[in-house]
Amino acid sequence: MYQFNYERPKSLADAEALLAKADDPKLLAGGQTLIPTLKQRLAMPSDVIDIGGLKELDFIRAEGDAIMIGAATKHATVANSADVRKHNPALAALAGGIGDPAVRHMGTLGGSIANNDPAADYPAACLALDAKIHTTKRLIEADEFFKGMFETALQDGEIIREVTFPHPEKAAYMKFRNPASRYAMVGVFVSKGPWGIRVAVTGAGQNGVFRVSEMEEALAKNWSPDAVANVKLPAKGMNADLHGSAEYRAHLVTVMAKRAVAAAG
Amino acid sequence: MSDKASGEGIGQPVRRKEDFRFITGNGHYTDDITRPRQTWAYFLRSPHAHARIRAIDTSQAEQAPGVVAIFTGKHVAADKLGGLICGWTVSSKDGTPMKVGPHPILALDTVRYVGDHVAMVVAETLADARAASELIDVDYEPLPATISLDTCQNGNAEQVHPEAPRNTCFEWELGNKPETEAAFAKASRIVKLDLKNNRLIPNAMEPRAALGEYDKGSGIYTLHTTSQNPHVARLVLSAFVGVAPEHKLRVIAPDVGGGFGSKIFIYAEETACVWAAAKVGRPIKWTGDRSEAFLSDAHGRDHLSHAELALDGNGKFLALRVKTIANLGAYLSTFSASVPTYLYGTLLSGQYDIPAIYVEVDGVYTHTAPVDAYRGAGRPEATYLVERMVETAARETGIDPAEIRRRNYIRTFPHQTPVIMNYDAGDYEASLDAAMKAIDYAGFPARKSEAARRGKLRGIGMSSYIEACGLAPSAAVGSLGAGVGLWESAEVRVNPTGNVEVLTGSHSHGQGHETTFAQLVASRLGIPMEQVEIVHGDTDKVQFGMGTYGSRSGAVGMSAIVKALDKVEAKAKKIAAHLMEAAVEDIVFENGTFTVQGTDKSLPWAQLALSAYTAHGFPSADIEPGLKEGAFYDPTNFTFPAGCHICEVEIDPDTGITRIEKFVAVDDFGTIVNPMIVEGQVHGGIAQGIGQALLEHGIYDAESGQLVTGSYMDYCMPRADDLPSFTLGFTKTVCPSNPLGMKGCGEAGAIASPPAIVNAITDALGIRDIEMPATPARVWSAIQAATPRAAAE
Repeated sequence: MYQFNYERPKSLADAEALLAKADDPKLLAGGQTLIPTLKQRLAMPSDVIDIGGLKELDFIRAEGDAIMIGAATKHATVANSADVRKHNPALAALAGGIGDPAVRHMGTLGGSIANNDPAADYPAACLALDAKIHTTKRLIEADEFFKGMFETALQDGEIIREVTFPHPEKAAYMKFRNPASRYAMVGVFVSKGPWGIRVAVTGAGQNGVFRVSEMEEALAKNWSPDAVANVKLPAKGMNADLHGSAEYRAHLVTVMAKRAVAAAG
Repeated sequence: MSDKASGEGIGQPVRRKEDFRFITGNGHYTDDITRPRQTWAYFLRSPHAHARIRAIDTSQAEQAPGVVAIFTGKHVAADKLGGLICGWTVSSKDGTPMKVGPHPILALDTVRYVGDHVAMVVAETLADARAASELIDVDYEPLPATISLDTCQNGNAEQVHPEAPRNTCFEWELGNKPETEAAFAKASRIVKLDLKNNRLIPNAMEPRAALGEYDKGSGIYTLHTTSQNPHVARLVLSAFVGVAPEHKLRVIAPDVGGGFGSKIFIYAEETACVWAAAKVGRPIKWTGDRSEAFLSDAHGRDHLSHAELALDGNGKFLALRVKTIANLGAYLSTFSASVPTYLYGTLLSGQYDIPAIYVEVDGVYTHTAPVDAYRGAGRPEATYLVERMVETAARETGIDPAEIRRRNYIRTFPHQTPVIMNYDAGDYEASLDAAMKAIDYAGFPARKSEAARRGKLRGIGMSSYIEACGLAPSAAVGSLGAGVGLWESAEVRVNPTGNVEVLTGSHSHGQGHETTFAQLVASRLGIPMEQVEIVHGDTDKVQFGMGTYGSRSGAVGMSAIVKALDKVEAKAKKIAAHLMEAAVEDIVFENGTFTVQGTDKSLPWAQLALSAYTAHGFPSADIEPGLKEGAFYDPTNFTFPAGCHICEVEIDPDTGITRIEKFVAVDDFGTIVNPMIVEGQVHGGIAQGIGQALLEHGIYDAESGQLVTGSYMDYCMPRADDLPSFTLGFTKTVCPSNPLGMKGCGEAGAIASPPAIVNAITDALGIRDIEMPATPARVWSAIQAATPRAAAE
């Protein structure tokens, strides 16, 4: 990797200050994407500001009908949290299925959604569970947060503090893993809750995570696997690579959606 | 034999001696070795598949912090070093030798694949070297690249080497063309198939590494490197590259973390490190990273074939004809010409009595990494072709796949095939029967119906493989173009206290020689295994050796040890006879004790060993002091492991995911020294075969020549959850051509398994063929193509 200044702020306020004064800074939360990128010399930040160890960002709180998760909370912590398992088992299962154990003990919720990798799992959960993303500057609805491949609504100097996940009535996430990388080639999160019914798809789309309104409408009429089985997505707009064509991914969205509804019960 | 010795004897599943040091981090791999004043090398590699180098400007890089020296092709040329060589010469049908383009250690005026070596930066740290490499200004003129096997021989395809028109290195043939044509003319059925054997990237756990040193006082160069055959490396580096004379060059291959063939070869990096160590007067270390391994380790397989099998009305094979285009990559690697020819065409008879065979192989250059031996080397390609053809013939004739094999098995031995090989022993039906029983072949239809009720497609496929290993009789390979003999050496040094050092020219890089070789020696001498040390991998210790590849270390390496032990025993008996005042013929050596037949006189091994070195009162004309013997063993034939693998898969038609539900492998390896290690070899081989059949594929972009699968993000290595639990079985016919009756076991799994898996998948889907790797996307597409649209909805 190229040389950079490594900063380890003691508080979120310090992190904001460092972020404001650096030339070309990068926030390091869990480093599961940034570190490999740096090692391959694909990024040359002036400063790497490590917020992964900030205690004020590492928490899980169940309050009322929602769970608040700090941005620096690791995937393994979410997966093993009694509160998450009780109120939002689909979210716990999603976190427990990210990467491998090493990744889950380093990677964080905030890092995942800020990076918005089109094959990441958390964006599907945020979108399908009507999550609220609280930053150092404002509250952003999940629907407004994910702006396309590796792009989010975050502005320069803005840091994610926590994400609020309202409890769903029913929810499940089904992932078809890329055989090589094991990232989501197609991941479908279905939910039913105060927000209504949502179906969010990660991995498949050229522009990152997206909702499938036809499936949401079909499920609103009839919450059953059969309801989504007949909703076929067009291949247009789907990713295509050596692991699968756009048609294959479009087909897998239906298959995973069907299985997710079945799993959600 | 003592209880302890019998527990460690031949046939016992003794735990591996070497594992304790490996799993406790006490191994000594090349990268673990650090020398005072050591520098680091980083190789600047070509970003282009094909480009002319107009100029290289290193001036700015030379001023960068920590830089010690920068070397380019000009420096190599100025020192009059030779290029890298191919040690096996193959000739074309017309008798002309293969057309070899030069393979410079560092590129001179042209780069020919992405990853080709352009410059070596030597610096105080790896970070310094890498940073400086980015300051080297290479003025490239990018040129079109030839990538595809389909079009590389077209007249308008970009040339890789001017020496090889139409990018064709050789047009080789084997077999009898007129007899084959005649047999086809009278065939009642001809089965045809176009087959691809996918390109694989080896991925040994330890990447390649080198540490070059030069001692100014003695003029001796020392190279630590990740080699499967350090003596061959020394020979090539001295006699062909000209780094140093052989006696001034020491090559050490210490602990090596896997090779699978890719560490047989002599590469640019270690050559440059040892050569440049004298230039800079300091040790130079290079350790490849995983990305470099993907780009620059020799790849495997990559064939395009058309095959035709002629049958009579009873399903009896009459003839086989094959046309194969084999990718050699941009340069010939150390043994690459032999792999798609003499290690491939010679195995096209499989286990079958096929009266006539004719095979043509065009070896072609492309702008891709060199292709050479990879676990199985030519034999997996042959087995895949034969077993896919046989399966297809069974389906087209309606004869059961097992039955059509039975009708065509070779049943008498020795058997001369039409393609050079003389099979010495085997019982193919025995392994077929055992495998069918183990997988409950008869119960398959019920399992298929049950799977169908769950919406799953179940299929079964078999592979009756044979391979030729234990490479190989020197005279035979010499007549076929090898530049080396393929014997092996051993030296048994008995110390005065009775413990033993065994020096072998074989090299262990995962095979467990320290255990199996010690089992052999301990049981023969009647001493505990811990009193036997196996020494290998150092040209200063072992006089010469040919190394480990082609499943040769048991059949050839251990045979050399047996020969040396015979000599040790003969001399020891002579000493015993002298000490016990008896005739040599009356000395019996059993369980570590020498006795005089018919008396109660005896002498334990340790006492004899000490006497050999005190040598008091030896009749000096008859008995020299000491007890140390060496031997060279040259096999009289290849060995022919064979067997039957059967695979049962279940496919989810919604996703195209194939799950291997059952995998049975029944192998005939002759005598087995350590069944636990042999089972491990079979497991690993099958895992690599499953990788080839379902997961792995080295892909270059057809236009740009960039390696698309250059990391684990896209190159799919098998993981534990991709593999089933294997059911193994063994049948035994003893190999008549070596003293232990052993056949090789290291490659069989990778050779046998891919066609069994693809036969199972095509059976499940009811289709003729599917390309490897049969990824979920490919399987799903095949289902879509085979299913009428209405049914799919």
